[in-house]
Amino acid sequence: MALQEQTLPLPGIEPDRTGSDRTDHLLVASMVERGSRVLDVGCGDGELLQLLESRGIDGRGIELSREGVNRCVAKGLAVVQGDADTDLVNYPDDAFDYVILSQTLQATRQPRVVLENLLRIGRRAIVSFPNFGFWKMRLQLLIGGHMPRTENLPATWYDTANIHFCTIKDFVELCDEINVKMERAVALDLYGRPVPLNLPWWVWNMFGEQGVFLLSRGGAGR
Amino acid sequence: MTNLHSIPSPSILSEDRAHEADHPTSLVAKFEPDQPLKLDCGVDLAPFQIAYQTYGELNADRTNAILICHALTLDQHVANVHPLTGKAGWWEIMVGPGRPLDTEKYFIICSNVIGGCMGSTGPASTNPATGKVWGLDFPLITIPDMVRAQAMLLDRLGIETLLCVIGGSMGGMQVLQWTAAYPHRVFSALPVACSTRHSAQNIAFHELGRQAVMADPDWHHGRYFERSTQPHRGLAVARMAGHITYLSDAALHRKFGRRMQDRDLPTFSFDADFQVESYLRYQGSSFVERFDANSYLYLTRAMDYFDIAADHGGVLAKAFTGIKTRFCVVSFTSDWLFPTSESRALVHALNASSARVSFAEIETDRGHDAFLLDVPEFFDISRAFLQSAGKARGLKNGG
Repeated sequence: MALQEQTLPLPGIEPDRTGSDRTDHLLVASMVERGSRVLDVGCGDGELLQLLESRGIDGRGIELSREGVNRCVAKGLAVVQGDADTDLVNYPDDAFDYVILSQTLQATRQPRVVLENLLRIGRRAIVSFPNFGFWKMRLQLLIGGHMPRTENLPATWYDTANIHFCTIKDFVELCDEINVKMERAVALDLYGRPVPLNLPWWVWNMFGEQGVFLLSRGGAGR
Repeated sequence: MTNLHSIPSPSILSEDRAHEADHPTSLVAKFEPDQPLKLDCGVDLAPFQIAYQTYGELNADRTNAILICHALTLDQHVANVHPLTGKAGWWEIMVGPGRPLDTEKYFIICSNVIGGCMGSTGPASTNPATGKVWGLDFPLITIPDMVRAQAMLLDRLGIETLLCVIGGSMGGMQVLQWTAAYPHRVFSALPVACSTRHSAQNIAFHELGRQAVMADPDWHHGRYFERSTQPHRGLAVARMAGHITYLSDAALHRKFGRRMQDRDLPTFSFDADFQVESYLRYQGSSFVERFDANSYLYLTRAMDYFDIAADHGGVLAKAFTGIKTRFCVVSFTSDWLFPTSESRALVHALNASSARVSFAEIETDRGHDAFLLDVPEFFDISRAFLQSAGKARGLKNGG
């Protein structure tokens, strides 16, 4: 685990843009090279895809909800109705430069298989997810004694679509286990601001409300 | 007493239909013997003609042309009064000023398929070699043959690349064939409620329809026109069976339920007691007024033979390798004739070919016919897809 070693140049993020969703998207978009081909898995209403296309990136999407797909198609985006768990297998190897999984990993049935597929289809993957190690989450469980709920994750335990929560630490361990290389890692705090880099990783795991990772296939000698 | 002759005889004169087959009330492109249509069955069809309609204006760059491919029993009269039935065009809801296929922006073309009976050469046309109606002497045609003929029409019109090819059902098959055969001529494609191959169940329904036609004693082995008759009962039954497949259980239930037709109690006969029976009989009888029975045999056969993957070594994705065309695939939840799974298989193949593809499944209980009906979500998607295609192609008023 070598989070502190990661460099963090974020040229695409404009500090005046606030709102956690936007910052998340801007951060992801900043990780994508211009002119590349991108697949956004779980693209929702296509907000991120529109941002990418506005930056000259060839974006495609997969979305589970029919309403989401139809709204995307109505915006002129190339989006297909599909399921990250079952439909990624239909994409050929190396079909994309980047595959993005934004705030969706925790809702998949097999996060590990999904992650492996992301890095089979794309040369790189960008994964963001809510950090269950965030201090507010911990506090709710520790003090409140109930399953955590936040502004971004308001669903109760019995009706949430998020069935595989993890912490930043958990995710890093999974990446190590399946030999995935972390090229960049960023933790965003409650306000969508990057947690300062010079802090130790456990601080990230504590104060990062979500983690955003740029991943690539690990080499043999890792 | 039971009413066995409850499907009325046609009221449109068969002479009118015969006249329309040779001298259509629309534009016609005639191809002389030196320009044969090379059919898949090995025959060079010549001379032949394509009847077509256009709406809107072709722009100076010739970049705003959209080809509509029609379904099995439809024709080129997309957005004008039908010359035989006097009814409105079959897709006026979709085509016109301000409509998704906006005639103020796009130049819309629709041609009657080869093998049809509304003016393009088909079994109802006169064979110039004999001076008699072709009938079953007409060669078997395929979906690729239809598309080849359309490509010749576009050459004649001086249109190299289409902004979009759009069509539902058999029309959707033609759209897919266009992208497989002439990918460089298709900027974008909108195949709706269709499939890359006709399923066994669909072939079975078509065979039922054909057998109904051929079992009618008035069919006379396809030479009914020489006896001034037509197998209107057989064709009506074929249409009734087909029409059921275009709807859905939910749609039939909503529309008719078990309601009675103009009566409160059953008549204890085989009369059309139920509204659904009356409706189907009406569908059958109105169909035979405007459609040629032999043409129905030929066109259903063309659909049966359709299988794009088979033409590409059994691998569907190979049909679309390296394709630049932008796709928007649309299916409907209650369509059991061309179910969403068929569209999904197409989308997977397109993904495997790295094609730019959108896929929307639209929720409706109206079955296969939904693509012809007022389904706002479908209109929105079609409109947006065409606009983004127009924008990508640099249409001035397309975006």
